Amino acid sequence: MLRTTLGLAAAALGISAIAEPAMAQNEQFLPALVYRTGPYAPNGIPFANGVADYWTLINERDGGINGVKIVFEECETGYATDKGVECYERLKGKGPTGAGYFSPLSTGITFALTEKVPGDKIPLLTMGYGRSESKDGSVFPWNFIAVGSYWTAADVAIQHVAKELGGFDKLKGKKVSLVYHDSPYGKEPIPALEARAKKDGFDFKAIPVTHPGVEQKSQWLAIRQDRPDYVLLWGWGVMNSTAIKEAAAVAYPREKMIGVWWSGAEPDVTPAGDQSTGYKALLLQHPGGKFKVHEDMDKFVISKDKSAGKDTFGQVLYNRGLINSMLGVEGIRTAQKKFGNKPMTGEQVRWGFENLELSADRIKELGFEGMLKPIKFTCQDHQGADEARVHQWDGKAWKIISDYYKADLSLLDPMVKETAAKYAAEKKITPRDCSKES
Amino acid sequence: MLYREAGQFKTTYAADMAVFPIRQDRMALYLLLAVAFIGVPLFAQLHIWPFGGDYLIRAILVPFLILALAAIGVNILVGYCGQISLGSGAFMAIGAYSAYKFGTGVHIPLEWLGSEISIPPLPLVASILLGGLMAAFVGVLFGIPSLRIKGLYLAVATLAAQFFFDWVFLRVKWFTNYTPSGSVNAPELSFFGWIVHTSTERYLLCLAFVTIFAFLAKNLVRGNLGRQWMAIRDMDIAAELMGIRPLYAKLTAFAVSSFMVGVAGALWAFIYLGSWEPLAFSIDRSFQLLFMVIIGGLGSILGSFLGAAFILILPILLDQVPHALGIPISVETVSLLVFIITGMLICYLLIVEPHGFARLWSITKEKLRLWPYPY
Repeated sequence: MLRTTLGLAAAALGISAIAEPAMAQNEQFLPALVYRTGPYAPNGIPFANGVADYWTLINERDGGINGVKIVFEECETGYATDKGVECYERLKGKGPTGAGYFSPLSTGITFALTEKVPGDKIPLLTMGYGRSESKDGSVFPWNFIAVGSYWTAADVAIQHVAKELGGFDKLKGKKVSLVYHDSPYGKEPIPALEARAKKDGFDFKAIPVTHPGVEQKSQWLAIRQDRPDYVLLWGWGVMNSTAIKEAAAVAYPREKMIGVWWSGAEPDVTPAGDQSTGYKALLLQHPGGKFKVHEDMDKFVISKDKSAGKDTFGQVLYNRGLINSMLGVEGIRTAQKKFGNKPMTGEQVRWGFENLELSADRIKELGFEGMLKPIKFTCQDHQGADEARVHQWDGKAWKIISDYYKADLSLLDPMVKETAAKYAAEKKITPRDCSKES
Repeated sequence: MLYREAGQFKTTYAADMAVFPIRQDRMALYLLLAVAFIGVPLFAQLHIWPFGGDYLIRAILVPFLILALAAIGVNILVGYCGQISLGSGAFMAIGAYSAYKFGTGVHIPLEWLGSEISIPPLPLVASILLGGLMAAFVGVLFGIPSLRIKGLYLAVATLAAQFFFDWVFLRVKWFTNYTPSGSVNAPELSFFGWIVHTSTERYLLCLAFVTIFAFLAKNLVRGNLGRQWMAIRDMDIAAELMGIRPLYAKLTAFAVSSFMVGVAGALWAFIYLGSWEPLAFSIDRSFQLLFMVIIGGLGSILGSFLGAAFILILPILLDQVPHALGIPISVETVSLLVFIITGMLICYLLIVEPHGFARLWSITKEKLRLWPYPY
């Protein structure tokens, strides 16, 4: 018995000793924290596929970023924070220049890594999730909450409700409930919704659902009793489809439900079948479907069988993975303009993100026209855009039903500033003076 | 031959009652401590493989030490005193959140008195220890049912602590200093003016805590109190008839155990995670700790370390094997395989040696004494 145990241990040690194959010097290492298992896997898989496929596309079509090949490695986190931290430590130093940037796709892991990245000098690209106040780049130099925060989402959702009701004045006295995943992710929108409730005079109620969200009977019974005019859904993974099924069970109209952009993809509605028809969700700008970039993707990745998972090709979350990688790659490209066409360190990539500007022309050139509006980061603004649309599931596909809404910055920006200042005080951070940054 | 105590004469009572009476054990321990305290930081400074990067220290050694400390705590309660507890995750959470509150300053408004209790932010070590004390206090409260109920029924009662505190730290905003997301960040880790931020410093801080508490536990369990606990575990009625007060023995076990688990929780939050939410201390954590203790060996301090190593490090190693060998299998297959292999190994181990690694170790020691001439 002992011998076997020792033998196993020795084998394991030996294996780790021969690890680390030599890596060419002209390669950019990019880590991917993914979850392809666990209760959030239905949503984690398409995103991870999109992320990987775009990097493959850059290598196959362009031969890398300005000739620098992308090497990437996935690490399974299972959406667990401690596993995410382990993965981060495992991957951060790989490749000739270390990890370029991290995108954990988990609010919990983002919170934990926010504490670690300033020490390791690696930027965090958290597209549409993470700390809402990390929009303030003077306090959070390493976080890039690209395209939208939960506060943007909350504000846009209420704007859409107001539009359906026929104006902001109609909101007065109405009831809006938020069914949320009981974690930092789900709690993030609450301050923004409370602020909106105060401003517009509607009655706001927050209803928590415990992780992982398969048990929601009592929450929906409460909704049946209370009959709110609208229900906002802040779920992830199995929680979303369960919520839709429970809504159907208590006959709450799906047309009156609006999900955040993490509750509005194919894996959220298909398990509930016909019951999902009419359900609405926000769009993080881009819809599902196929665009110009997908033609290249088809030619260079899918048809050559190099895709990480082609069954998710063109889905909402797959496309979000593409955009996530595209922003990352463009950030590196921007950094290369300053530092030369070689692999970038995390610190250089951070500079690249901060100076990243994607004009409408550039977005068209990249094949993302119709998926993304122009975006520009600055030292102060690490979000770059505050607009979103709404789409609706018609039983077969997602249909865009609204125009772009711009979040009410007069309401949100002071909140960002205040919360970021509180964080800075707690962590004894002296905010950068952005007027002096080049 | 090498491991034989023949010729080691004990001439004083002190030598006879030493924690490690056999010279070879002492030497091995000193060597281990020297490697842990001097060797590892030195290797890390000199970038000697595998200590070169941060990975080994930050992602393996630090969590291993912290969970080993928690496992020692659980072992005192479950292994030495025989009180099955499923609330260890909750006690870790209490340690973490209390340490957080003490580290960021406590304000309790007492409106009906027109005043408030206000404690300024305390230094790191004080807040971690106070976190442990709070956990000990709550541990005693939740230990009271153990005077009436036993075994699996007690496990269910401690389960109540787990769910209750999950709920408290999610709902009572005072504990999270009213952060909008309910996730809190550890305050600056300053230790008598020395600010802990590199991985080696974090490691040394954890190591210091674990070493002190492991010695403390080792001494406790072989002293009066430890004997009382073991008597209660082996047969509580007989123990009571012999004059051991079950109230005192059981509640001290709960207090000491929860204190260590609470300190471990504070370290886990402050040193390892840096930012956390109640999910970090969910029921899964309680089970994980219980499994560590069962696999490591009930009623053994060494077993707590071995169990922590097995449960924490084995999956991480297995996870990296296919990639390191260059076998192209996807991460989801790997993570499922890790579950399967770890599960099978646990079953195998428990069938072959139900008393865990600690028992394996003592069998090895017996064999080593006879080696190379076994009879």
